[in-house]
Amino acid sequence: MTGKAPMTSFQKMRGGDASLDAPLLFKNGRIIDPANRLDLNGDLFIENGRISWVRPSDKESSTVPDDTRTIDLDGRWILPGFIDMHVHLREPGEEYKETIESGSKSAAAGGFCGVACMPNTIPVNDCEAVTSFIKARARNGYCRVYPVGAISKGGKGEALAEFGEMRTAGAVAVSDDGRPVSDSQLMRRALEYCACHNLLLISHSEDLNLSRNGVMNEGPLSTKMGLRGIPRSAEEVMVYRDLSLAEFAKRPVHIAHVSTRESVSLIRRAKAGGCPVTAETAPHYFTLTEDAVEGYNTRAKMSPPLRTGDDVEAIREGLRDGTIDAIATDHAPHSDFEKDVEFEFAANGIIGLETAIPLALALVRDEIFNVTRLVELLSLNPARILGVEGGSLSPGSRADVTVIDPDTEFVYTKEEVVSKSRNSPFLGSELKGRAVLTIVGGRITFCGEEFQR
Amino acid sequence: MAVKQRFDHRHILSLEDLSEADICLILQTAESLKEISERSIKKVPTLRGKTVVNFFFEPSTRTRLSFEIAAKRMSADTFNISASTSSIQKGETLIDTARNIMAMNPDVIIVRHSCAGVPGILADNIDASVINAGDGIHEHPSQCLLDMMTVRQKKGKIDGLTVAIVGDISHSRVAHSNIIGFSKMGAKVRVCGPSTMIPIGIEEMGAKVYGSLEEAIDGVDVVMALRIQKERQKDPLIPSFREYSRFFGITKRNIGAAKPDALIMHPGPMNRGVELDPDLADGPRSVILDQVTNGVAVRMALLYLILGGD
Repeated sequence: MTGKAPMTSFQKMRGGDASLDAPLLFKNGRIIDPANRLDLNGDLFIENGRISWVRPSDKESSTVPDDTRTIDLDGRWILPGFIDMHVHLREPGEEYKETIESGSKSAAAGGFCGVACMPNTIPVNDCEAVTSFIKARARNGYCRVYPVGAISKGGKGEALAEFGEMRTAGAVAVSDDGRPVSDSQLMRRALEYCACHNLLLISHSEDLNLSRNGVMNEGPLSTKMGLRGIPRSAEEVMVYRDLSLAEFAKRPVHIAHVSTRESVSLIRRAKAGGCPVTAETAPHYFTLTEDAVEGYNTRAKMSPPLRTGDDVEAIREGLRDGTIDAIATDHAPHSDFEKDVEFEFAANGIIGLETAIPLALALVRDEIFNVTRLVELLSLNPARILGVEGGSLSPGSRADVTVIDPDTEFVYTKEEVVSKSRNSPFLGSELKGRAVLTIVGGRITFCGEEFQR
Repeated sequence: MAVKQRFDHRHILSLEDLSEADICLILQTAESLKEISERSIKKVPTLRGKTVVNFFFEPSTRTRLSFEIAAKRMSADTFNISASTSSIQKGETLIDTARNIMAMNPDVIIVRHSCAGVPGILADNIDASVINAGDGIHEHPSQCLLDMMTVRQKKGKIDGLTVAIVGDISHSRVAHSNIIGFSKMGAKVRVCGPSTMIPIGIEEMGAKVYGSLEEAIDGVDVVMALRIQKERQKDPLIPSFREYSRFFGITKRNIGAAKPDALIMHPGPMNRGVELDPDLADGPRSVILDQVTNGVAVRMALLYLILGGD
């Protein structure tokens, strides 16, 4: 860690008998809250699980209760709690990769107060029972968990799943992530049917006929490496289909993990025309190119695949100009034995919860966008798109807060990884900036190296 | 150029790794070892006590036999393991299988696999030398070396020649290795085939793309036809063999565009009458069987150089 003194440990913060639910006073932080157009150096007070007040440092502090824990943040950033609207927690069914407990712990370590988990579990989250199971398990977690239900029964792309019942059990959205809906009529009906249950539809836009057999971006590098390619068109034709359906049905669609320049352009044009679309991308799509695959590196194999520098540039521009609304990690844990195999047989996906903040901060340092935009992308917009509470530090709102130290430097090593899986292309990378405190409903769930439920 | 005397590669994974001098050394060594196969007693003791494992995950007749004969002619002990990738995939991982084989202490593992990059994975994980005998649609280095040996024998050189490769360039590891190898040795490489069979960026590997067969083979020194498959993994590439052979088959008529002494090559196995007219395949300009003969010599050279025989 550079510059500042290390964050106080949990034990010290507990301050003797102070309970974990004691009021919290953060002093001398940089408070950035786009929802309230705030960016100031100040203090923030949390009581009874809610934000009590925010005020500039130079003002006389009001009195706080005696049992208040006071933490001097020494200029670190106080932000509305981050929400990752796209993760895979693997439970039920693949607990050897991740569980709701381990995944939510990884989220807390990465500064996330909430995650939306995709339905491609075993069994698929396509009914009330599975959604309820996930919600029940999440009570034992380190962050809020928002289940995303499947669009179709069994994720098979044939018949609509029971949206209403899943909504009742706590689902916030439906998605075909991991198992794209090829049937356009089913997609249309799903979009329309979302309306009566107030659910968001998150589309994994991929034409399986075009991507079939492909294992990396199609281009000169795939030719040179002798790997079958996935053309950008596999994503773009389905992005266009989904935009067209959303426009026609006048129903919102959210495009997951945008990876190509043309997808960004299509979404930009649709937004300009009034189409109710939102979109996300993942840190790897604005950080890495297909070159990361060289040497048959399965840690860089994912779906959609890493693209080219030109695509990375377009995605950064999309994040800057508002075409892309959110940064979501697509945290996709896989065990070593599913990655240490032939490239063509290796599982798709990488873990991402613990590296999102430093990778996004790199764009702030590169002046692609400012800190306010960063908070919109990681907190305010995901909350609004999912329709969940959060995204602001307004007095009275639920105290979900992320505190980050933008200057701390660290090497992301295998030993550092909190997730149950270690499939990250960023292992061994020197990263800058990370979460130091994650507060969910007024309780600290992560502080430095310590966790608390 | 002067042939360098030291070969400092432990593995043969890709033509990309070999310099022009390396290739010259391999070809020169192959030429000198070729004579052994012409003796009545076709065996020398050079690699006695060495163990060579043929680790084939894909069906192969001639490549495996060629490596086996090459090793035996130099007195190495050879063992063959055939495995279907699917059964391996379900059970043991590739690396575990390799480590198990390694525990028996072989000196060279010759590997063929349907996935690109597998020889590199093995090389990274075991102590033996690894020779790539074909990995997916990536490379087939020993095929390229035997093709270059054949061309050099017949033409006396490679530098300055023009080679046309005709067929499914997208899915041919032979084409990929030959584009890299022949370009490296100073030849011009043209590729030609239906546009569904020409991959993006092949120019960046050193090939010039031709849409018409007549233009592609106009004035060339070597015509290499590749085996055609109608579709690969449910991917429709051409409507029929009939239409393919009409537009891209090498025939007695269109071969006239090539130089009169142009060589006709085919890596095998051949679809007679589809990519190549049978009369041409069996005709005086065909060097298809020389390729097979040279295959043994090139593989002897690779084993000899890798095992540091001196």
